[in-house]
Amino acid sequence: MKSLAELQAIKAKMQNKVMLRSNDGEETIRVVVGMATCGIAAGARPVLNAFLKEVEDRHLNNVMCTQTGCIGICRYEPVVEVYMPDGSKTTYVKMDEDKVAKVVHEHIVNNKVVQEYTIGAFEK
Amino acid sequence: MKELSLNILDITYNSIKAEASLIQITVTESMKKNLVEIRIQDNGCGMDEAFLSRVTDPFVTTRTTRKVGLGIPLLKQSAEDTGGRFEIRSKVGEGTVTYASFRLDHLDRAPIGDMSSTITSLIQANDRIRFIYRHETDHGSFVLDTDELHEQLGDIPLSAPEVLGWIGEYIVENLEEIQGGKV
Ligand SMILES: Nc1ncnc2c1ncn2[C@@H]1O[C@H](COP(=O)(O)OP(=O)(O)O)[C@@H](O)[C@H]1O
Ligand SMILES: [Mg+2]
Repeated sequence: MKSLAELQAIKAKMQNKVMLRSNDGEETIRVVVGMATCGIAAGARPVLNAFLKEVEDRHLNNVMCTQTGCIGICRYEPVVEVYMPDGSKTTYVKMDEDKVAKVVHEHIVNNKVVQEYTIGAFEK
Repeated sequence: MKELSLNILDITYNSIKAEASLIQITVTESMKKNLVEIRIQDNGCGMDEAFLSRVTDPFVTTRTTRKVGLGIPLLKQSAEDTGGRFEIRSKVGEGTVTYASFRLDHLDRAPIGDMSSTITSLIQANDRIRFIYRHETDHGSFVLDTDELHEQLGDIPLSAPEVLGWIGEYIVENLEEIQGGKV
C-alpha cells in the first residue's frame, strides 16, 4: 500500500529536475483541452490524460497542458488547441487517445501539423 | 454521461469557475442502503435565489459561448431517472452544495467509473485549490486532502507529472481496498 511519505522521495527527485528545467531556455508549447460538459461527455478526460502521459513519458519539459471550458464547437468535441512557440494555433477536433499519440509525435515533437485531425479537414 | 465520475468532474468545474479555494467531493456507495450519493461543496461565489431557482433549467447559464447550461440539468435528470434525488443549495459569497443520489441497483444508473482520473484532472486544472475527496462504502472509507499532500511536498506543485501520477495510483489503490476490487 502506498503511503504519503513516498512523496518525500518524489520531492527529492523533483528538486534536482526543477533546477535542470530552469536551465533550458526552450520555448513553451501549449496544449489546451476543452473540458466543458459537452467535451467531458465526448471523452475529453481520457484525451487530457493521454496528453499528460505522453508528455511525461517522453520527458517533454517544454510542453504545458492546460484545461479550458467550452471552446464553442460542441459537435466537434473533444477539442484540443495546440499553440506553438511561433504563435501558430492548430485546432484538433474529435480527439481520442490514439490521435493524441500521433499529434504528440508528429506535431509537438516533429513540428508537423496532423492535417487530417484538424477542424479544417472536418469542415470540408 | 457514461460514468458518474464524469458528472462529478463536470460539476466540480462549476466550483472552480466560481473561484472556490476549497472544494469537498464526497461519494458514498452503499449496497445495504441501495444508494449512491455524490456531494460537491465549494466556498465559491455562490448564486442568488432567483438564479438558483432556474439553474436546473437547461436554458440557464452565465457562459457566453453557448446559450444553454447542461451540467446541472444532466446530473438532475440522471439522478431522478434512477429514482434518486437532486438538490442544489447556494448562498452568494458563501458557496454552493450540489447533491445527487441514485438507486444503486437501478438499470439506468451509470457506474461510478474512474474517480482517480477525475480527481487528478481536477488537481491538474488548478493545483492551488484545496480538494478534499472522501469516498465511503459499506467496507470502509478513504479521504484525500490535498493539504496533506502539500505538507509532504513543500513547494513542489501537485500538478507536476510525477506527483499527479502518484496521486492517481494512490487513489486507485485505496478505492480497491474499500470497493473490494470492483469499481
Ligand atoms: N458551484 C457553483 N457556484 C456558482 N455558480 C454556479 C455553480 N454551479 C453552477 N453555477 C451557475 O450555474 C450555471 C449553470 O451551470 P451548468 O448547468 O453546469 O452549465 P454551464 O457550466 O455549462 O454554464 C453556471 O453557468 C453558473 O453560472
Ligand atoms: Mg457546468
